[in-house]
Amino acid sequence: MLRNLVRFHNCLGHAFSPPTVCPRGQMFKLLSVKSYSTITERKKFYEDVSISHGEGGMFEINLDRRKLKTPGGKLFTAPNEALAIAVANEWDTQKDILKFYSMHMTTLCNTALDNPTFRSKDQMITAALKYLETDTICYRVEEPPSLVELQNNEWDPVLNWIEDRYNVVIGSSTSILGPEIPQATMDTFRQHLGSYNFWSLTGLEYVITQLKSVVLAFALIDKHITVEQAVLLSRLEEEFQIGHWGNVEWAHDVDLYELRSRTAAGALFVHFSSESSTVKRKLMQD
Amino acid sequence: MASLSSPLRICRGILREIRAIKGPEYKQSLAYNYVLDQFRKNQITGERYCRAQEEALHASHSYLCLLTSTRQHIALYDMYHGKGQRDTEEMAGIVGLRLPTQPGGKGWEK
Repeated sequence: MLRNLVRFHNCLGHAFSPPTVCPRGQMFKLLSVKSYSTITERKKFYEDVSISHGEGGMFEINLDRRKLKTPGGKLFTAPNEALAIAVANEWDTQKDILKFYSMHMTTLCNTALDNPTFRSKDQMITAALKYLETDTICYRVEEPPSLVELQNNEWDPVLNWIEDRYNVVIGSSTSILGPEIPQATMDTFRQHLGSYNFWSLTGLEYVITQLKSVVLAFALIDKHITVEQAVLLSRLEEEFQIGHWGNVEWAHDVDLYELRSRTAAGALFVHFSSESSTVKRKLMQD
Repeated sequence: MASLSSPLRICRGILREIRAIKGPEYKQSLAYNYVLDQFRKNQITGERYCRAQEEALHASHSYLCLLTSTRQHIALYDMYHGKGQRDTEEMAGIVGLRLPTQPGGKGWEK
């Protein structure tokens, strides 16, 4: 009985510490002492969101007067202003109840800062390249003919583009095993991925996982296609079936918007993590 | 692939989203000033094909997509997603019953 009381006080104490948020949005209800965890929502506990300069040129997020922390307990720092503003805007968007499942930029930053599974760059590159063997773009059907045609029309241009851009051979296949990716291709991509920093790599791996395709992810990150186009190409067969059988709002649309928001967040994350902007002023020539 | 829409349309779209989020005082928000700033900065360029401008345009298009799709996703989620189960005390209360109390604790509780 006494032990329960002590646990209760510990639970309360933890809940009132400066805002630590779990990326998947699990917050223990303040007054529950149940033996299983009750996953309920967290109320919005702040009014204003602002950003401030921290040490080393990093940016911090302030919720009212308190500084935002990652779920691992570290201070939340963003390497540049654009990323900080995007995260601050996510927190600003929340009304009444905090919906952590909609805060994709925050989640990505938390993952990059905490690295909770202790992955190295090499592990992430290997995991990302594994998707190439089962790349969506490379898996073609043989029938119905309208779907075959659709796949050829929509996916072939992207495949050709990436083969040109990176000077690799990928190819598509209709067999169940998928295409044979030559080692030279893997090496080229590995080298290219190695040139990204850890943060960008986190974002890039996220995009690849969402789109289930390395080719589409590269096309998006290299700004060859837009987010909407990438999502459409990734869901090509689904869109084909929707066109044939009809759309189910509570399944298809939910999936579509969720995929779009995650992919857009990932693409933006990579863009902000790997860019550096300078303003060059040209002298006026008389 | 198809070209992106014009900067003006994207800028208007982003500002419309910010207004939808914030309400009347959207002009004081961080994002508003930053977005306008970025659009203005990237407008001026001497080159005919400026890579930085293309990149900024793509990034702004992605941000617009992020804002719209998040809003739409939340709307659908609120409409369709299950609310979860009530806890046992509430459920008992609905039919007018109360949960039994065992002062000594149940056998497996410490």
